[in-house]
Amino acid sequence: MARAAVSGRLTWRAATVVAARWETSSVRTLVLEVPDWPGHLPGQHLDVRLTAPDGYSAQRSYSIASAWPDEEGHIELTVQRVEDGEVSSYLADVLEVGQPLELRGPVGGWFVWRDEPPPVLLVAGGSGVVPLMAMIRARGEVRGRQPFRLIYSARTPQDVCYAGELARRVRDDPGLDVRFVYTRKTPDGWPDPPGRITVPILNTYGWPPDFAPDLFVCGPTAFVETAADILVALGHDPKKIRTERFGGTP
Amino acid sequence: MNEVDGNAMAGDLREIFAVDLTAAVATCAGCREPCIVATLRVWGPAPGLVARCPSCDDVVLRLVRGPERAWLDLRGAISLQVPLPPAGSLAEGPA
Amino acid sequence: MSIISPGFGGRRRSSRPDLPPGQYLTHDFPVLSAGPTPRIPLDRWQFTITDEVGGKHSWSWREFQELPAEDVTVDIHCVTKWSKLGTTWRGVALDTLFESVETTADYTMVHGYGGYTTNVPLEDLLDGKAWVAYRFDGDDLAPEHGGPARLVVPHLYFWKSAKWVNGIEMLQQDEPGFWEVAGYHMYGDPWREQRYQGD
Repeated sequence: MARAAVSGRLTWRAATVVAARWETSSVRTLVLEVPDWPGHLPGQHLDVRLTAPDGYSAQRSYSIASAWPDEEGHIELTVQRVEDGEVSSYLADVLEVGQPLELRGPVGGWFVWRDEPPPVLLVAGGSGVVPLMAMIRARGEVRGRQPFRLIYSARTPQDVCYAGELARRVRDDPGLDVRFVYTRKTPDGWPDPPGRITVPILNTYGWPPDFAPDLFVCGPTAFVETAADILVALGHDPKKIRTERFGGTP
Repeated sequence: MNEVDGNAMAGDLREIFAVDLTAAVATCAGCREPCIVATLRVWGPAPGLVARCPSCDDVVLRLVRGPERAWLDLRGAISLQVPLPPAGSLAEGPA
Repeated sequence: MSIISPGFGGRRRSSRPDLPPGQYLTHDFPVLSAGPTPRIPLDRWQFTITDEVGGKHSWSWREFQELPAEDVTVDIHCVTKWSKLGTTWRGVALDTLFESVETTADYTMVHGYGGYTTNVPLEDLLDGKAWVAYRFDGDDLAPEHGGPARLVVPHLYFWKSAKWVNGIEMLQQDEPGFWEVAGYHMYGDPWREQRYQGD
């Protein structure tokens, strides 16, 4: 499990990109080696800082996509290229394997999953799937048996991140179910027209409130508010809903 | 410029304090409602982070990061209740 | 000490000798905010100068539109390091608004809808140095940029140019406003790079 306490304040440090792969045409995963990484809990994020030679700098937060511990001691970030995004387009299109990346983390102790008995509902909007995937991966590592359900909203099937891995895990990790929601275009043969997440979807594919599940919702601010409102309307305890709103600042 | 939540302050706050503050409970000086810091409505990050109460929208916290210092204005919070690991616990953990 | 990110250029910008120290020229117009954009219907909009004995001088939107207005072209400098040159605004000069105000106070607190405040010495608002502007770049001022009207004080960092401005309060001494209490400079002269307290 994680090494003993990191005491004192957190500071910026340099990581190295050791590998990279594309998840979709606009989403890239970076595999990083971070010296003395203290370990992290699934759901935590880190801050990335880019600095140009003239001193100009830009900073953004990214959820850690991988679980810990990792065989090689690496961590992964999954970055969506945002139109006009000065940081995301650098991370997706410019940064190369072998190059450095300055980061600060891990941070965030509330939006995390700890291996506990209650069933879990994960609701993802777009790139909000990243921290929730870390939770699914962590559960896989410890062979967790608490039931997990992921409801994942994406624009089109081509925008679904981790599609292959999710299919494999649904097959191999007992008690994991995934339900996709497509907002713009559905796959051939899909029973429903494209549309946003709704009360019936969260009702049917989520957990009944009396199962007292832990609920995690992540994605753009408007998505999170809609989904959280629906969950409360369905009777879930608001105190059990943990949210993380991405701003979409490019 | 979109509104995010208190999770976005985790890094800047962790640079100042030795514990994670996103799980802390802040009591709003305006409406007296308690809320988890991670659920504050956050604007920024420039010229600074402004965290507003999810119940009444009053400013609870302001954080400005200069080159060699950070200012944290907490006049909008009556108190912050910060969870700490039990004494003697090994797992202060990575948070 | 940051590490340089190989190949990172960031947003299109350049630094030039005619910019204040530490500034970069930008061609867009970033929106920075401390909260949700207030939506103010024009029939409820009001601008009020409150003097140091509590006397109030108010203008409704219609009254405001009847005041003599100026078209100005100015350079603006944001404390977050971007500068925009040659921005055009239409608005009422603070000199015009203060014509009917008698005051011996030297300082002001500028207020905006939504609760924003910022302090500016009175002499930095007068003598052609500041306007309450309601048009930008040939159009009505957009809400995310401070519309219906904002203060424009181009010789100071642009956080002093309060968006959604609704009044000015005369003060006997300088007091910190919204960002000044959180570490930003009380005066904010970009040419002396007065970004933070203590600069």
